[in-house]
Amino acid sequence: MARDFLKGARDSYDCIVIGSGLAGMTAANTLARTGQSVLLLEQHYKLGGMATWFKRPGGHIFDISLHGFPVGMIKSCRRYWSKEIADSIVQLRNIRFDNPMFSLTTTFNREDFTRLLIEKFQLPEADVVAFFDAARGMNFYDDQSTTVGELFQKFFPGREDVIRLLMEPITYANGSTLEDPAISYGIVFSNFMSQGVFTFEGGTDRLIDLMHKELVTSGVDVRIRCDVEKILVRDRRVCGVRVNGRDIAARSVVSNANLKSTIFRMVGEEHFDRKFVDDAQAVRLNNSSCQVYMALKPGSDLDESLGDLLFSSTAPLFRTDALLSRDITSRTYSFYYPRTRPGSDRSLIVSSTNARYEDWAKLSKEDYEASKRDLVETTIDALARYVPDIRERLAHAEASTPITFRHYTQHLNGASFGTKFEGLAVSRAIPEQVGGLYHAGSVGIIMSGWLGAMNYGVIVANDVDSWLLKSATRPPLAATT
Amino acid sequence: MGPAEIKETILDILEGIAPDEDLSGLKDDVPLREQLELDSMDFLDIVMELRKRYRVQIPEDDYLELATMNSTVNYLTPLMKDLEKV
Repeated sequence: MARDFLKGARDSYDCIVIGSGLAGMTAANTLARTGQSVLLLEQHYKLGGMATWFKRPGGHIFDISLHGFPVGMIKSCRRYWSKEIADSIVQLRNIRFDNPMFSLTTTFNREDFTRLLIEKFQLPEADVVAFFDAARGMNFYDDQSTTVGELFQKFFPGREDVIRLLMEPITYANGSTLEDPAISYGIVFSNFMSQGVFTFEGGTDRLIDLMHKELVTSGVDVRIRCDVEKILVRDRRVCGVRVNGRDIAARSVVSNANLKSTIFRMVGEEHFDRKFVDDAQAVRLNNSSCQVYMALKPGSDLDESLGDLLFSSTAPLFRTDALLSRDITSRTYSFYYPRTRPGSDRSLIVSSTNARYEDWAKLSKEDYEASKRDLVETTIDALARYVPDIRERLAHAEASTPITFRHYTQHLNGASFGTKFEGLAVSRAIPEQVGGLYHAGSVGIIMSGWLGAMNYGVIVANDVDSWLLKSATRPPLAATT
Repeated sequence: MGPAEIKETILDILEGIAPDEDLSGLKDDVPLREQLELDSMDFLDIVMELRKRYRVQIPEDDYLELATMNSTVNYLTPLMKDLEKV
């Protein structure tokens, strides 16, 4: 008989959190700390969502999304998790760019970018200062009609090289494009520019393990391999979930699943207003990704002048279409030196490119496997430009595609950065449609990435806590099954 | 709880939120954001902490009331007058 992953679970909770991405885990932890009873359900066999890693024989551990996040993570981790977690966050100091327009290394903060833009790109200081101030002054409620491309044209007209410097890293971080609203770019860019790029010492596995322990300490009932089939709604109020064939009651539910899966697959559109359903349907998903994971032989060191992150491209200009094309010209390499996991003798390289789900989903099984092999081979060839003897030094190499991302996260179309900007308004409006139902997850770029997801989890936890207090005075909704 | 105790409570919460800041010279009529390194998440934390300790509900539209110490205390006084300080 199959193992019961819900053994010992209660029949009812104050809140059920679906999905253990950083937003889901942080919402669960925050709610449990305020005294609510919380059940955290994860469909996969490990916690973390896209903040994940995998192991391969020979002792290789690959991180999927560890490099890197803004300095704000230190404060959020200390506040919403623990000092131990916050204290393990360290800066990545060598951020490199190499493309037909320029090659440079930077600490990726405002001071160094200002220097580069004035000295190397020969821009007037006043323009640079004005751009940084404009980006930093942006907030959420501002005009959404200006696009990132228009913002750049305003400050640096005709400077394709400057656009590339300012845009490439943010595209890597959250999938944003020149066609997205300028405010979403400005907020994320300013977050990074405040002090640079950071990572977690010890690897994603250590981070998630520490968070798991913290969740347990806070009193969260954590369950893996629990796939929620249905969010149960009665009379426009959430009343629980159906998971692994069992109904569990809850006064509130937070979904950290993909926004559209939450609305259309787990709840069902019959529980929402027509207008809301239309808005939700119109939400565009962000693109997916391909990654190639390469492990060097034990003890085979990489020269750290390679950088921590290398944005490399052979494309003459920065174009969104070229970034998504199967004909890959742009790759971002994360170099994981042994210091990533102190005590390790392993250097690893992860190459990331943005990709379209459709391009991979339409392939036959044979073509898919061949394309995946080709992705690995062409990536190793491209990397040889920076690590000449890479082929001889490799111990392991494999690839993931949008199909892989979909398989592990169940995100529609393997979306690796949630939804486009409009997803945020839909995510925030869910509780107005179904009382007690909330969504926290990568939406609208601002709430994406490790820091955005974590903070969105807190914002939603605050909403849930408020709802639980308000609704506590009403008679409890019994599960009427 | 009177205005003086409410102020004490807010200072206590701020101490937890900004442990590295010196709160002794805080001016009551100047926006907190101009005196301390506070962002929107910090204000959310103040809201959550008040709810946790005193079950005081501050709707999102009222977050602006938390701009200065004086405005915060004025806003909270009617909401917290019947509560005991913990």
